[in-house]
Amino acid sequence: MPAKLILSMDGAVIKEYALDKERITIGRKPHNDIAIDNLAVSSEHAAVITILNDSFFEDLNSTNGSLVNGTPTLKHFLQNNDVIEIGKYKLKYLNDQPTQTTSADFEKTMVLRAPVRTSSAAPAAPVDEQNAKYESTMQFNATAPRDVPRPAAPAAAPAAAGTPVAVIQILNGPNLGKELELSKNLTTLGKPGVQVAVLARRPHGYFITHVEGTSFPLVNGSSIGEQPRQVNDHDVIELAGIKMEFYLKA
Amino acid sequence: MNVNEALEIVGQTHPGMVRSHNEDSITFDADYGLAVLADGMGGYNAGEVASGIAVSVLSSEIRHRLDTARPEQKEAGAQDEIGFALLRDNVRKANLSIFNAAQSQPQYAGMGTTIVAGLFYDNRVAVVHVGDSRLYRLRGETFETVTRDHSLLQEQIDSGVISKEMARLSKNKNLVTRAVGIDAEVEPEVHVYDVEVGDIYLFCSDGLNDMVEDEDIGATIQMLRGNLALAASQLIEQANDNGGRDNVSVILVKIKASYPAPSGWWAKLTSWFRN
Repeated sequence: MPAKLILSMDGAVIKEYALDKERITIGRKPHNDIAIDNLAVSSEHAAVITILNDSFFEDLNSTNGSLVNGTPTLKHFLQNNDVIEIGKYKLKYLNDQPTQTTSADFEKTMVLRAPVRTSSAAPAAPVDEQNAKYESTMQFNATAPRDVPRPAAPAAAPAAAGTPVAVIQILNGPNLGKELELSKNLTTLGKPGVQVAVLARRPHGYFITHVEGTSFPLVNGSSIGEQPRQVNDHDVIELAGIKMEFYLKA
Repeated sequence: MNVNEALEIVGQTHPGMVRSHNEDSITFDADYGLAVLADGMGGYNAGEVASGIAVSVLSSEIRHRLDTARPEQKEAGAQDEIGFALLRDNVRKANLSIFNAAQSQPQYAGMGTTIVAGLFYDNRVAVVHVGDSRLYRLRGETFETVTRDHSLLQEQIDSGVISKEMARLSKNKNLVTRAVGIDAEVEPEVHVYDVEVGDIYLFCSDGLNDMVEDEDIGATIQMLRGNLALAASQLIEQANDNGGRDNVSVILVKIKASYPAPSGWWAKLTSWFRN
């Protein structure tokens, strides 16, 4: 089912156009695929390029311009329900193709057959220049006081939206009373090289797992061993001599 | 130092939460500094067959050759180092085996596989890839892709049709422009990179990077670098927690020490004993 554009004016649907070829033009002249006979529309106003399941809108330097979702736009990667406005006319983009992410079938990797290039002069793949910085392990030390770093506010939508925010509160030592909100999918606790455990936020709750160190973390006084262990509201975690309480914020 | 003492390698593969079987294949061998990961495609069990052929051709042929040759040396008259040539030539060999099997057996028609493989030698890593299985590198705090997908989406990004940010919204994911076994010929992409002590390399199938954002993958490896096996299982767990819509495979390689090629007389002596 190809994507389509629905042409309307003042809320009244005029016509539907299937995006069944690579380039569809919009303009005042009759040779356009979508011809709109109105003086506000340039003779060749805009085009929609479709590559398999993706479509791109392009304004062809029209006199009066085009809006996409209310914003003047020259080029735009169309998403389902986007609205293109040309003069008083609206073109709604519909692509109800199940997103690949909703149906396992669409996830199947497929090969686009292209002639094999035999030239061995393939360009060197540049290493992507995205400098991702990560917060370091939350460190604490029983003897040298140290501020517990606060985690940054979660940038993206949390993966586990249904999970309430959990907090770790330190119960002894120099950081007594300090709290750490578990806002990320993974939070490490402890001191690298001595003892480290990781708290993972998963859809069905929080789990603590031993990462490194000669001894295992304790939960409510008993060793968790090598296996992940779910932590519940008000459980007490102990590692590297530090006790902390895990609780869920209402 | 021998490469097997300099590298720590772990690998895991999982069918995911939706697929009934696993079409990914992986293998790794620290003794040879080798890691191979393939993501097969094709009906019924053809995908597994394709990725399985690719992985076994690469691992058996390369190991066999390296029993009597050093990867940093060159064959007489050859332009490329043996390590580089082994990756390139054996991907071509795997391509032909898969292609021929697909031609001769109707149930395997059209099968193919992506591949990414690394050979660590002489403080470097030679990397071959075809398709959209990836190699990433964590160096210091920087986590980045080393390979560039052979996919429609990557081509669109390269030609400026679509921005990297917008690419996430594309409905044209999973369309690879090169694969092993679908044609009589394939063009493997091979590069050699310098390695630094402390680097962590991640080989993965798209079941990981389609389900987990690069930033989260990098953060996980960074946090759990002290326990590579746990890092691998956490990555798979995150892909599955996010839906696990595809098979997911990871191989993690940590560079614990430098591993220069044995110098002059020692190399000659050992190779003399091997022969």
